[in-house]
Amino acid sequence: MTTDLGMPSSGPDAPGAPGAPGAHGTAGVPLLTDGTALTKKDFTSDQEVRWCPGCGDYAILAAVQGFLPELGLKRENIVFVSGIGCSSRFPYYLDTYGMHSIHGRAPAIATGLAATREDLSVWVVTGDGDALSIGGNHLIHALRRNVNLKILLFNNEIYGLTKGQYSPTSHVGQVTKSTPLGSLDTPFNPVSLALGAEASFVARTMDSDRQHLTSVLRAAAEHRGSALVEIYQNCPIFNDGVFDVLKDRTEAAARILHLADGEEVGTAETVVVRDDRGSLAVVPRAEADPARIVRHDASAPDPSAAFALSRLDSPDLGHVPMGIFRNVQRPTYDDSLREQIASARTGEVTDADIDALLAGRDTWTVGA
Amino acid sequence: MSAKLVQKLDRVVIRFAGDSGDGMQLTGDRFTSQTALLGNDLSTLPNFPAEIRAPQGTLPGVSSFQLHFADHNVLTPGDAPDVLVAMNPAALKANLRDLPRGAAIIVNTDEFTKRNLSKVGYLESPLDDGSLDSYDVHPVALTSIAVEALVSFTDLTRKEKERAKNMFALGLLSWLYTRPMDGTEAFLKAKFADKPEILEANLAALRAGFNYGETTEDFAVAYEVAPATMPAGTYRNVTGNVALSLGLVAAAHRAHLPLFLGSYPITPASDILHTLAGLKRYGVATMQAEDEIAGVGAALGASFGGALGVTTTSGPGLALKAETIGLAVSLELPLIVCDIQRGGPSTGLPTKTEQADLLQALFGRNGESPVAVVAPATPADCFDVAVEAVRIATTYRTPVIVLSDGYLANGSEPWRLPRTAELPDIAVEFATEPNAVDDKGQPTFHPYLRDPETLARPWAIPGTPGLEHRVGGIEKADVTGNISYDPDNHDHMTRLRQAKIDGIADSIEPLVVDDPTDDADVLVLGWGSTFGPIAAGVRLARATGARVAQTHLRHLNPFPANTGDVLRSYQRVIVPEMNLGQLAMLLRAKYLVDIESHTSVRGLPFQAAELADVIATAVASVSDVPLKEAAK
Repeated sequence: MTTDLGMPSSGPDAPGAPGAPGAHGTAGVPLLTDGTALTKKDFTSDQEVRWCPGCGDYAILAAVQGFLPELGLKRENIVFVSGIGCSSRFPYYLDTYGMHSIHGRAPAIATGLAATREDLSVWVVTGDGDALSIGGNHLIHALRRNVNLKILLFNNEIYGLTKGQYSPTSHVGQVTKSTPLGSLDTPFNPVSLALGAEASFVARTMDSDRQHLTSVLRAAAEHRGSALVEIYQNCPIFNDGVFDVLKDRTEAAARILHLADGEEVGTAETVVVRDDRGSLAVVPRAEADPARIVRHDASAPDPSAAFALSRLDSPDLGHVPMGIFRNVQRPTYDDSLREQIASARTGEVTDADIDALLAGRDTWTVGA
Repeated sequence: MSAKLVQKLDRVVIRFAGDSGDGMQLTGDRFTSQTALLGNDLSTLPNFPAEIRAPQGTLPGVSSFQLHFADHNVLTPGDAPDVLVAMNPAALKANLRDLPRGAAIIVNTDEFTKRNLSKVGYLESPLDDGSLDSYDVHPVALTSIAVEALVSFTDLTRKEKERAKNMFALGLLSWLYTRPMDGTEAFLKAKFADKPEILEANLAALRAGFNYGETTEDFAVAYEVAPATMPAGTYRNVTGNVALSLGLVAAAHRAHLPLFLGSYPITPASDILHTLAGLKRYGVATMQAEDEIAGVGAALGASFGGALGVTTTSGPGLALKAETIGLAVSLELPLIVCDIQRGGPSTGLPTKTEQADLLQALFGRNGESPVAVVAPATPADCFDVAVEAVRIATTYRTPVIVLSDGYLANGSEPWRLPRTAELPDIAVEFATEPNAVDDKGQPTFHPYLRDPETLARPWAIPGTPGLEHRVGGIEKADVTGNISYDPDNHDHMTRLRQAKIDGIADSIEPLVVDDPTDDADVLVLGWGSTFGPIAAGVRLARATGARVAQTHLRHLNPFPANTGDVLRSYQRVIVPEMNLGQLAMLLRAKYLVDIESHTSVRGLPFQAAELADVIATAVASVSDVPLKEAAK
């Protein structure tokens, strides 16, 4: 939609026409003019950060604040929308436009914003309870529509703000305040769920790995369409250490399966192989049939391989694929909606156009 | 033209009734359009079941369309039909009790088979057993004559030919009431442009019906209803849902805002989504959301970005949207929520009308959460109310709930077209500059620094340099908008939000009372779609000499500033409502006036005669002048 919102004229846009195939995720969003650059400080608001000491959210906030200047976008054209929960306080700490909305609804609200404003880079910050429990419906529909939103899902496998109840990603048997004898619910695997919801970009990263987190954020920002980024995040109060084995250098080396395009999926010692039925297994490299070793292809049109990788997860974090599971191009809802409107329009709408619309086709006139 | 006698009438009420699949809504629509083009004033009442196709020939499957047209001002679809077109025994049985003795009944005798009669519990055909002797019955073999008329259409099956019987009936009625059919012919040509065979069959059936009237001896007289005297102007016929849609588009145009609709299908609101979805040419963006909550959420997101965010729904959907409307109250952003009310609670009566969401609209959210509420009085008034809702929402940065209902949504009336350029100027100005200085003397932006007059906060949209800010549902500190849990601040902000809504009263028209004799002791006050029946009831009562005043509320929150004074000027105040007395309760609580509530929740609008009786009784109790016998 070509809507003149009366804003001061903007600088150059990010590369590519917004609706064109392969367009950059921020195409249409005005860039800073030559010679100017922003720093992490420019993205830091004057509000005191109020997460618990040791919360993984601090690291994610620092990574995001550190990464945003890299986009080269005008700060005023970046918006963060969140729901409810510890993670959803995120927008208050970023000096961009932001909305701290209501529980689970951020993807819906952000969809309306993205659909009407091509010139904004819209980010959603959510948690495992917010996105997968109360807001599950909005999440899957945002992904299926492929709205150009970057959805950062902080997964700590617990409800923090309500003080320690189990979440839709808590493990079966997990003892929490609301499950004193252990949780009975089968958890969601957020990556599997997103892939099942037709997501065009799905990745997993971790709060403590700044470099990896930043690289995933970069790829998500470049992707035009919905990007779901699951971020393993530690809650030091109610679920402390749940991802500790992935933070120990030796343990991590044995458990994390790095996903890199064109490369074998595995660790130094192990590798992922495909059996005759398409299922994947992790086997010692020495035992692997070279013809069955899986090489990663995030851009494969068929999501089956990405889904199979996501099923390698296990509650004991024995194998954890990390990185970009899927990254494919397809038309985005917001670009397509704007295209429909643009092709229907015949120019600026005048009073006479509205008069004709009101009159319709069957009118009669009564004389004075 | 016909050589038969033509008799002049001043008004007629016709009801078309048949099976859900018989095309009665279309027949009624076309007859209405022909009538409108002729210049009669009119009012319509479609009445159909919630099921798309209930079992054929049964009472639950009966669909009807009532039209009242006259050579004078029409206020309601009419209490009782003068003519019933009954396409089958079920349609006859379901509607007979509404017919006064002497009314004409045109029945499709082809459908009066033993099987169809027994489906609705007739042991013997009412056409033969004398039970209809006090009516003017015209038995017509509508189906078989229509099929006969299409004998040359060899490519059509018998079933396809039978389907044209509604056009045959329309042709017959068009002859009977001297309606021109060119509009319908043009409509059919457009509708069946790519099905020439079906088009020709429908046109042939339509003309056959007209010719049948002219030649059969069963109809001795044709009727004419002269055009009504109406204010000069260009008119169209319009339903409430279409008028509401057009009002939103026109208001967005006047406000220079792009219109974004987020909506989930629900009866009887879906036609607004359908209408707006077809208006992309005008820059209208519509999104069919995954649920009611997403519909309003997306609308609010669009408003945050500087669009006119709109969501449309009915009662159950309003319940689901409550939390997001509360967020909009906290964010203080414009948002239009249209509730096309239907019978409740729960799923209730999806296709029937009611006005029982008033208290939900005012109070159906957590916390002190005031919003503006407006209600249209007639189908055409939906346009003006939409414009007014947008004016309030954008001026005061608040959600506005529009309470229409099923009767207004699907009912229609002639609408004198406004000129777009003469609509209220509601151009919006976004904030573009800092509005404060911080403690270091640097320019800064305070998102909750209010306009002293309206108490509205600045609308600073993303993309505006230097005004970056965060809003949210947590209580905000006055002026800065930062998170605040301070007790005094919350008390202050709660009162500010209420004062802002209360202050809207300064910008709305005072309540105007219609009291021709200027000495009435009884006031009838209504809101929403009861306007027509109340005005018609008042007209009937005045014809008997009753001195009665009438007024109607368009603004339900806040009320016009003079509402209390008006209420206190009468000995008795009667408030008819299609609920159990919700407005009456509000008025009693706010103004301490002993309001008398008159209520009905039958899924249908009030009848004028019923209200005239209520009024006459009230007037008699306070009057020393005896009334004439009620003129019904």
